Amino acid sequence: MASVRPIRQAHNESPALHARAMDNLSFIRQTMERATSFTAVPGWGGVAMGIVALIAAGIADQHRGTPVWLATWLAAAVVALAIGGGAMAAKARRGGTSVFCYSGRRFVLSYIPPFLVGILLTIVLVHAGLVSALPGTWLLLYGTGVVTGGAYSVRAVPLMGLCFMALGAFALFAPARWGDGLMALGFGGFHIGFGLVIARRHGG
Amino acid sequence: MAEPHAARPDPGSRIGHVLREDALELDRLIHERMRLAIVSALAVNESLTFNELKRLLDTTDGNLSVHARKLEEARYITCTKSFEGRLPRTEYRLSPAGRQALERYLDHMEALIRTMRDR
Repeated sequence: MASVRPIRQAHNESPALHARAMDNLSFIRQTMERATSFTAVPGWGGVAMGIVALIAAGIADQHRGTPVWLATWLAAAVVALAIGGGAMAAKARRGGTSVFCYSGRRFVLSYIPPFLVGILLTIVLVHAGLVSALPGTWLLLYGTGVVTGGAYSVRAVPLMGLCFMALGAFALFAPARWGDGLMALGFGGFHIGFGLVIARRHGG
Repeated sequence: MAEPHAARPDPGSRIGHVLREDALELDRLIHERMRLAIVSALAVNESLTFNELKRLLDTTDGNLSVHARKLEEARYITCTKSFEGRLPRTEYRLSPAGRQALERYLDHMEALIRTMRDR
């Protein structure tokens, strides 16, 4: 804080002053970064994504073992991603565009690698006839994206990611017929549950 | 160039100038770390509740309310109190004056750094 010193010392203090100014600027930046990621994840968007997943699980479960099953889940993923992206952009707009620029970008960039891996593994697993491994793989990879993307977000976000990962790991070893139920629990239940918490506590 | 305080050491240099500016103009109100953090956090959020700020800045109720009040008294932030069910809810927003103060502070820090670099 402020101190009274003879001005003669000013010259020697210059580097320290410079360092303090740099330190102050990085402090402001860090605080802003933390504060933006704090609310970047949309709660209501998560709830809507969860509802889409529950509907998809209901339809897919009746078409187990057919191409319709895969098509249903892929369509649900596209719809849910569009909802999530739209909700995130809307939430960012409400808080000023800068929010989307920084933390939104970070969140999306963390999401993309596991997402691409998911597409690749889906193709490989379908080709290999290992469709029963898809629910576990999807849950695990989605969870990975949420954990890395939400690392600096409110606690609920990385926690949700960990829940997805744990459920995915379990699904990989669970009976194949549980697949839709486990995805309903994860993509449906976790999204709705955590979405409500985020919406109530962190502004939408 | 004539300097009014020519008797002082290092009078004509830009560092001396900035240092004097530092003493004269630096906004002590937001120079303090906790208050700087509150203003910075509110600059990138439309509003934050007391509890959100507390968690975000990892501080105590007492500390946050003391510093928030100082900012409020300076009209740098505005505070609205309401009820969420039966729980009181305090919401803070950055005022135009507060945003200006933060911008001034940022300019000031940048000027300091630039001056040192150009030396």
